[in-house]
Amino acid sequence: MYLVFSVLAGLIGGAFSVWMRLELQQPGMQWMADGHQWNMVITAHGLIMVFFVVMPALIGGFGNWFIPMMCGAPDMAFPRMNNISFWLMPPAFALLIGSAVLGGGAGVGWTIYPPLSNAQYHPGPAMDMAILSLHVAGAASILGAINFITTIFNMRAPGMTIHRMPLFLWAMLLTAFLLVLSLPVLAGAITMLLTDRNFGTHFFEPAGGGDPILFLHLFWFFGHPEVYIMILPAFGIISHVVSTFSKKPIFGYLGMAYAMTAIGVVGFVVWAHHMYTVGLDVDTRAYFTAATMVIAVPTGVKIFSWIATMWGGSIEFRVPMIWAVGFIFLFTVGGVTGVVLANAGADIALHNTYYVVAHFHYVLSLGALFGIFCGIYYWWPKMTGTEFPESWGKLHFWTTFIGVNLTFFPQHFLGLAGMPRRIPDYPDAFAGWNLVSSIGAYIAFASSVMFVCMMIYVLYRGKRVTAANPWGLPADTLEWTVPSPAPHHTFEELPKLAAAKGH
Amino acid sequence: MRSILSVRSVVAFAAVALVALFADAALAQQPHPWQLGMQPPASPVKEFIGSFHNMLLVVITLITVFVLALLLYTMVRFRAAANPNPSKTSHHTLLEVAWTLVPILILIVIAVPSFRLLYFADKAPEAEMTLKVTGRQWYWNYEYPDQGGFQFDSYMVQESDLKPGQPRLLEVDNRVVVPVGARVRVLIHGSDVIHSWFLPSLGVQKYAMPGRINETWMQVDRPGVYYGQCNQICGVNHAFMPVAIEAVDKATFDRWVDEAKKRFAQDGSAPLSVAEIRMMETGSLTAQAPNAAR
Repeated sequence: MYLVFSVLAGLIGGAFSVWMRLELQQPGMQWMADGHQWNMVITAHGLIMVFFVVMPALIGGFGNWFIPMMCGAPDMAFPRMNNISFWLMPPAFALLIGSAVLGGGAGVGWTIYPPLSNAQYHPGPAMDMAILSLHVAGAASILGAINFITTIFNMRAPGMTIHRMPLFLWAMLLTAFLLVLSLPVLAGAITMLLTDRNFGTHFFEPAGGGDPILFLHLFWFFGHPEVYIMILPAFGIISHVVSTFSKKPIFGYLGMAYAMTAIGVVGFVVWAHHMYTVGLDVDTRAYFTAATMVIAVPTGVKIFSWIATMWGGSIEFRVPMIWAVGFIFLFTVGGVTGVVLANAGADIALHNTYYVVAHFHYVLSLGALFGIFCGIYYWWPKMTGTEFPESWGKLHFWTTFIGVNLTFFPQHFLGLAGMPRRIPDYPDAFAGWNLVSSIGAYIAFASSVMFVCMMIYVLYRGKRVTAANPWGLPADTLEWTVPSPAPHHTFEELPKLAAAKGH
Repeated sequence: MRSILSVRSVVAFAAVALVALFADAALAQQPHPWQLGMQPPASPVKEFIGSFHNMLLVVITLITVFVLALLLYTMVRFRAAANPNPSKTSHHTLLEVAWTLVPILILIVIAVPSFRLLYFADKAPEAEMTLKVTGRQWYWNYEYPDQGGFQFDSYMVQESDLKPGQPRLLEVDNRVVVPVGARVRVLIHGSDVIHSWFLPSLGVQKYAMPGRINETWMQVDRPGVYYGQCNQICGVNHAFMPVAIEAVDKATFDRWVDEAKKRFAQDGSAPLSVAEIRMMETGSLTAQAPNAAR
């Protein structure tokens, strides 16, 4: 259900992207009435993709489905909590869509910085709806995270010690901790924004002794861990896929697990690298530069460990594996531009330009999204009991790969040349690369629509599978020991892990 | 020894090739079509950013190519057809330590110039003049406190009013004028929402924050006009509040200041000082043709 929801939201978010790329295809305003409509669309696109596509898919979808199976548990620790955390999503999504179309729309960017998001500059209900939507979606995520932590800590099969549990469980456990620690900070910040807007408080209002920079700090204290919340589950999925299709155990299991832990911990102390040009003290910026660069180390460990897992293996290039390899390469590209942006000095010329847009789409749209598709293809037979034709999956991969690279690689050039983000119209010199980028976006969107059609067809007409492990490869996690599609109540009897088995 | 030399020369060649590809030789002060790299530098800070970025570009390209090569080699060498029997290796301590330490070393190499650039770009030790910039929805206001405190607003020139040669969305009605080679302290402030004063070719970018005054500096090396844009979402006309700055020699600047004082005095916000009025009466200030500095 989470996955279906996320695919639907993804189509809506993707449609917004196409609308944006249509507008940016040529200089001048063609497809939007004015800058406000543009601002509203980018806000909706950003919030939908983060809160209603990536998070429900990776965390809600794969998390709630495979955590119990990998633990060897019949279900999550609190099935009803799982239920409410899903059913909070549709109202949150409705509120968000409302914020885009009612009362003039909220045109502030997904970072909702005041004073622009204050009542003075955004009167009307739209902004309040966006804030409430984040509250509801945030509450759903916190409930889900509590459920994850409880399940993973208490319901693992006998013999599965913390150092023997699958990396996907490690990733979800860390993600859940990041959620529990960071989302309340966002909730606090947007509550203050809400009272600023409606009840005359002045938390972020300089005229009343407040400070907009306080909001920036609070927002990014949540916002930075949030990007790791979106990517850690993908790390977990990729690890299993790479290991399964190379027919080898994961290389450097402990290193992988603690690299993720390090990313999670350090992820909490680097938030102000989103704020290098807001007027922070130079020593503060020096600290955040150093701390941010440190993240490159565990990330490098992960990339090299994946390659080392493949090294010496006997690699089957089935569809999930292709997505995983695509992920490793594209995440590397997104990672190295992150090292450039980590430098507060270089950021003077790059902050808020399309270079940043390219960077975070490489790690999210090409990282997290490839992780989601990788997981969908990998667990497809387990989830649905049907088989996805290989050639269709490969067609989907190549069209997406070409589309997204065509979309986002030229944006590096635009950013270096100084094109600001969040503008509906640009100086004529930027026209060339924007046209290329738009064409890429159409290809990628067409590819997604094609994927949804294929998915529906396979669900109803596809070849049925019932084998516990349809891939026929030595996968070493417990979900491949139950029948396909996985029954509602898995593991009538507790599975026991033999002492010798493990990583 | 020989092999080390050859590795070095390959790296050097790659560096030169990349820099040649991305650094732009043309002296455009605004972006140009199909541009790949940064705008050419016109200030010491941007010079530093440019060379630092060129170094980073070489480093990240080498890393990416290395990872890609490793990935491709593994994919070919260890595909199921070529290597039917997978190994069971899952640990190699030395290798794991190496791929932790080598990135750390690379990062240290990056960090040294990075910090030097950061502290260099932060503040001007001794500024020759100060420019006050205020971001408003949706125009910029500029004030010259050291030249008598006159101020003026700078709006984008609408598409219908553009003269031939003026770039769309970048040209403004009143450009900021600064003397070439002078160290200018820039104080930036936002009076309604957050804006960002961004000049790519000068390596200047600072948020215009309501409630605080941010400081940065610039020194324009060559005469010319430099364009930039507001770089923080600020509402409906965010895309339509560009920055245009003109650097002229000192004498022209002085004449422009005299002229600007008169032109912008009527705005009322910056009353003339007594000394200025006396100077006007004695005729030591002479009227110039409007826009003489252009």
